[in-house]
Amino acid sequence: METKNIMIVGVGGQGTLLTSRILGGIAMASGYDVKLSEVHGMAQRGGSVVTFVRYGESVAEPIVEEGCADVIIAFERLEAKRYAHFLKKDGVMIINDQRIDPITVVTGAATYPEGIIEELQKDNKVFTVNAMEEAKKLGNSKVFNIIVLGIAAKHMDYSKEQWLQVIENTVPPKTIEINKKAFEIGYEM
Amino acid sequence: MSKKKIMLGNEAIARGAYEAGVKVSAAYPGTPSTEISENIVKYNEIYAEWSPNEKVAMEVAIGASISGVRAMASMKHVGVNVASDPLYTIAYGGVNGGLVLVAADDPGLYSSQNEQDTRCVARAAQVPVLEPSDSQEAKDFMKYAFEYSEKYDTPVIVRTTTRLSHSQGPVTLEERAEVEDKVYERNVAKYVMMPGNAKNRHVFVEQRLKDMAEDGVNMPINRVEYNDKKIGFITSGIAYQYVKEACPNASVCKLGLVHPLPRKMIEEFAKNVETLYIFEELEPVIEEQVKSWGIKCIGKEIFTVQGEYSANMIREKVLGETLELKAPSTVPARPPILCPGCPHRSVFSVLKKLGIHAAGDIGCYTLGAVAPLSVVDTTVCMGASISTLHGMEKAKGKDYIKNWVAVIGDSTFMHTGVNSLMNMVYNKSTGTVMILDNSTTGMTGHQDHAATGKTLMGEPTNAINIYNLCKAIGVEHVVEVNAFDIDALAKIVKEETAREEVSVIITKSPCVLLKSNVFPNKCVAIPEKCKKCGACLKPGCPALTKNEDGTIKIDETMCNACGLCKTLCKFDAIEEVAK
Repeated sequence: METKNIMIVGVGGQGTLLTSRILGGIAMASGYDVKLSEVHGMAQRGGSVVTFVRYGESVAEPIVEEGCADVIIAFERLEAKRYAHFLKKDGVMIINDQRIDPITVVTGAATYPEGIIEELQKDNKVFTVNAMEEAKKLGNSKVFNIIVLGIAAKHMDYSKEQWLQVIENTVPPKTIEINKKAFEIGYEM
Repeated sequence: MSKKKIMLGNEAIARGAYEAGVKVSAAYPGTPSTEISENIVKYNEIYAEWSPNEKVAMEVAIGASISGVRAMASMKHVGVNVASDPLYTIAYGGVNGGLVLVAADDPGLYSSQNEQDTRCVARAAQVPVLEPSDSQEAKDFMKYAFEYSEKYDTPVIVRTTTRLSHSQGPVTLEERAEVEDKVYERNVAKYVMMPGNAKNRHVFVEQRLKDMAEDGVNMPINRVEYNDKKIGFITSGIAYQYVKEACPNASVCKLGLVHPLPRKMIEEFAKNVETLYIFEELEPVIEEQVKSWGIKCIGKEIFTVQGEYSANMIREKVLGETLELKAPSTVPARPPILCPGCPHRSVFSVLKKLGIHAAGDIGCYTLGAVAPLSVVDTTVCMGASISTLHGMEKAKGKDYIKNWVAVIGDSTFMHTGVNSLMNMVYNKSTGTVMILDNSTTGMTGHQDHAATGKTLMGEPTNAINIYNLCKAIGVEHVVEVNAFDIDALAKIVKEETAREEVSVIITKSPCVLLKSNVFPNKCVAIPEKCKKCGACLKPGCPALTKNEDGTIKIDETMCNACGLCKTLCKFDAIEEVAK
């Protein structure tokens, strides 16, 4: 198979690292070669963050290059727009319909763009979800990222059972059940 | 059966150290190197510590090596500058037990103040450098590094970069080698670097590099992959992966030893390929040497010395492909910011109100340079805030710095700031130093240090008392204040900057992200009372935005109830309630 390119984009602190760990774990468990690349340190302090995941028979570079992403998982609208040019022609974007104002918007130096999702839908295959709301219904807003992952999961090469197993192996023991539920909500959407 | 695990580059480096039988590891945290020590500490067989700075860490490792065990120090690239004094000289003395310095460079400046190339330092220090290309090699090369260190009697640098350190890939785990301690024998000619001894050791160092360059041809970490010979690449590290991605059929000379270069291997390779490219991130270290041997090759004529490389770069510059890429959208930037509830925000909001300039330092509080706080005027390196303020005063007189302070964190103060404070006292400065004590090394993700009361290995220890330390140095006026008590803080800053003596203000409040913090409350806005004055918005807390009618809105999932906005509101439009 050709190497599959996944990106997770969002705002520092939104849980991109946990999501990428699950993606890495499932690729490994399924016998693929896999590489991930993440951002640590300063950029994580509320800044724009991007994580790359690549899996296939044999993977060389750990980053996804512009115009090459099969799936982009965006935890925030503006970040979806920022990285949209990384998407392949027939790639898929899953967007958590949430707005987090960057400091440049808060101070009035810039304005938060309107109609991001509509604009992205014109050229790309886009799925949206208000995962924050769904997660709150579950009783823990933190698992919103696993709901988004559940939607993205349908565009990758693994079974639902494999996903649930890897989630069980990756998340903290106390949160296994709620994370599995969150995944299923996304997966069934 | 061998076990495979997906590992971060830094985690693999730690595993390699473990498997190589390392017994002592010392480091100071710094992105992208921090996770090396955080993983090493998981192995009970290794003594691991956070040293106050990289120089100390290097010297700890040197001592352990001389005593006869395998030892290492790890640090980010700029940390190597701090450690370079012992490094340059132990390069002469050599080792007893294997000695490895892991240096993490940051092409692309993800979290650094410069983009320097450790290979240049290594060449100047005459120390060999190994450069792995993925997590598996990161582990394997650590073991080679210790082997070569002992074989050639030299410290060895293992160079990684952000992309390698913070990428994950599969790694095959092996058992730890139980390496017997080397016998220590007094050897003044080797371990006492006074001029006569050093003169002799320099002869040895020159020969050592020649031997390694010669032997490089047979080292398993250097290899030639012949394919289509029209294009040949000499490359190393993460750049090798970009070559394999863009040109899987090209011939490649993959260097694991990037200093000294295996000249014979390179000359042979150059003869066999039509067009030779040198593909190395940052400085033309390989390229300049290869060119100096009269070999025709292409390097920095087409590849930049700045930032990270990519496969697309090769597709464009080497293969001449026109990539049909969409232009990135123009969107508002999202720079990193201080967290909601960060005590630094409170301190900076006071300084801003008082019209004070800050000579800054390295840490989260460097973010005090950007809008809307815009208080920090300078940032150079660890500890520089205090000494640069002193320099300003000596240049322009004491009145010139009346509206200046030095701002430094607790960990950075323990790193090298304390030396600069000694200088202020000794050389009769009148400046004001603010130590923003948040009880941790914040930016790199909460590492303990000499003033926190806990070691890297999780043991309780004596916490150096910063107040007493400043007093002991001879600072008469040392004041402690809660970072969120903005009225008291403003009064103290006015008093201390007016005083014609050195003074230290220690603002105390733990980092909001520390796990030991509990926030039972949250702040809520009462829109009916809001007069839209914007006072609460001035410090730039990301949890605060405006409703459509201009009244204040607080994101309760982000709010940590530090209460700064509530204190700033004169109309009681913000309340603190239980979560």
